[in-house]
Amino acid sequence: MPQIQPQAPSKAVLALLVENNAGVLVRVATLFGRRGYNIDSLTVSETNDPGISRITITAQGDQNIINQIVQQTQKLVEVRAVRIEDVSNAIQRELLLVKLRTNERQRSQIKEICEIYEAKIVDLTKSSLIVELTGKPGKIDAFLDVLAPYEIIEQCRTGVTTIGRGPDVIPYDHSESHRA
Amino acid sequence: MLLTGAQIIVEVLIEQGVTDLFGYPGGAALNIYDALYERQDRITHHLTAHEQGAAHAADGYARASGKVGVCMATSGPGATNLVTGIATAFLDSIPMVAITANVGTDLIGKDSFQEVFITGITTPITKHNFAVRDINRLAHTIRSAFRIASSGRKGPVLIDIPKDISAAVCEFTPEPPIAAEPAAIPDSALLQEVADMVNRCKRPVLYYGGGVISAGASEELLTFAWKAQIPACHTLMGTGVIGFGDELDLGMIGMHGSVTANAAIDKADLVLAVGSRFSDRVALKSDAFAPRAKIIHMDIDPSEFDKNVVCDLAVGGDLKAALADLLPLIENCDRSAWQAEIDGWRAADATLAQRRSGFFPQAIMEIIGEEAGKDAVIVTDVGQHQMWAAQFCKQTHPRGFLTSGGLGTMGFGLGAAIGAKLALGEAVTVIHVTGDASFHMNMQETCTAVSEGLQIITVLMDNRTLGMVRQLQHYFQNSHYIATEPDRKTDFVMLENAFGGTGFRAENAGEFRAALRKAMETSGPSLIHCPIGSEELVLPMIASGKTVSDIILEP
Repeated sequence: MPQIQPQAPSKAVLALLVENNAGVLVRVATLFGRRGYNIDSLTVSETNDPGISRITITAQGDQNIINQIVQQTQKLVEVRAVRIEDVSNAIQRELLLVKLRTNERQRSQIKEICEIYEAKIVDLTKSSLIVELTGKPGKIDAFLDVLAPYEIIEQCRTGVTTIGRGPDVIPYDHSESHRA
Repeated sequence: MLLTGAQIIVEVLIEQGVTDLFGYPGGAALNIYDALYERQDRITHHLTAHEQGAAHAADGYARASGKVGVCMATSGPGATNLVTGIATAFLDSIPMVAITANVGTDLIGKDSFQEVFITGITTPITKHNFAVRDINRLAHTIRSAFRIASSGRKGPVLIDIPKDISAAVCEFTPEPPIAAEPAAIPDSALLQEVADMVNRCKRPVLYYGGGVISAGASEELLTFAWKAQIPACHTLMGTGVIGFGDELDLGMIGMHGSVTANAAIDKADLVLAVGSRFSDRVALKSDAFAPRAKIIHMDIDPSEFDKNVVCDLAVGGDLKAALADLLPLIENCDRSAWQAEIDGWRAADATLAQRRSGFFPQAIMEIIGEEAGKDAVIVTDVGQHQMWAAQFCKQTHPRGFLTSGGLGTMGFGLGAAIGAKLALGEAVTVIHVTGDASFHMNMQETCTAVSEGLQIITVLMDNRTLGMVRQLQHYFQNSHYIATEPDRKTDFVMLENAFGGTGFRAENAGEFRAALRKAMETSGPSLIHCPIGSEELVLPMIASGKTVSDIILEP
């Protein structure tokens, strides 16, 4: 009999198309919490269809866990489609805002780093600055790594959003909403 | 026609074929109860003593009849009292619609009197829930709730309706009852693969569960098992599909299953899981379950595949169709060598049974089988008595053994028996098998059975302990008995009489048979108090994380 072998943990990016109803995010989050799935990031936004929101989840787990996440998520009544994104053939973006405490000397060094990463300094005071950077999560990780010697005093990342390349779209069920 | 929200609720319930609902009123539910008052000709509200009893009654109604059970409660504590009952139905995939009233929309979110966020509370224990905010969506929402509850893998759905919505008025158009969404038809190529594996194997075991009953596939399962000559074991939830004594029957599998069933699974070269989910009470050590077997998993819910135990072949979809389509693909096989091997394990179970001669719980279940007949419906609570009831139950029809399998809810039985009796009517004998600790949890529902004039026979196995927990303490906590030997003085016969039922006492098999006969001729509820030894144990037993090689047969 095949056993559930512990496989190397991997990351999967899931795109969920869900009904744009109050509480739908809670249902997804509750499912992940209840079953102990690890979420690295979660983003949610409206889509071109006003009845549908898109949730992008980066989750960790071996193949069995990722399959379970897909199956369990699909059972939620308001979830219209679930797809594991092929990240090698998708655009992935995340936005970083990071605030650093700086003196004049550091400011010019940071400016130089920002130019290399095509990051923007969007706020500046005598003692601080805020940098904005958009890119793949890996690029943002690398940028933060370079900034590590400086004093980061506040930081936020939006989490990953992903959309597959090419004309194909995620098909979803257009039946009537469960809004009550 | 223009109706209030409350009238719409009641009209949609009637439209969906609901004739009985179980509930408890309150301030936020006043409008709904007023609408029920107007329609007592079509729909009967059964008042329970406690909302938990209402939820279990709706659940028992659904288990006994296959229809959607309906319960109702007011806001706040009324709603939270349903929670255990909803969770019980969820874990056993029982179709239920729970309607809760809530405070007015303007008071929601302000910690108002008797306000709770019941949709938040019940999100992880319902298939879906609705917080109604628009009177124009109300009828559609209730219809959706029935569709969701009864489609696919069934389960409970909750609808929360604020008081201003039940008071508001809107246009209502009657509709025919909704139909459950048709389940997927299993892939024929996959079924051919199943058949090939079944035809090729030497030591197959069928391992079926409650999904077979839910799918109405009991006949198909039996026919299939016979043609393929596959010995079959069942989960607690599958009790009753294949009868005791049938030569293919291996008994129950798992923690308190038979030696035969557990050994056969261990030695099998093919396990065909049908409507079962490899729960931790069955696959006690999931990575050592059926270690020599290829595993085929057939279920309506694909999320069960590879969840607890990884299978070699998964077949999703309707079990009734799957088993029927499988039948012509199955060749007649000779399994006499395998049967002979199995008969060896049967001897171990027979020895255990012999040692038990005169064992009162076993005698009780056997006498129930003889006196009440195969068609009687057994409803249990949770604990040792539940396992004995399952082990020795002689009732052999699907929906004939109703028990809280997944959640293991002590206090389930009496409410569920009330629901079952109302679903089945006078002609069907309903026996509620319970223990002293479980009965103490929801015994107040006796008053409901009295008010409703329901002939429910409660058979109370009284060991004056919390027997199952005590058994665990016996084996695994060095017999450190704490909180399992309450020094209670309850006189159950007097108690039953005090409620307005009829109490009997039975200290041995002969007295029990006589009491049962009298109870079956007594109108209204009765209780037979059966004192049993405090030291009695449920055997066999395989502990969590262990395998059949660790099976405990000795006290």
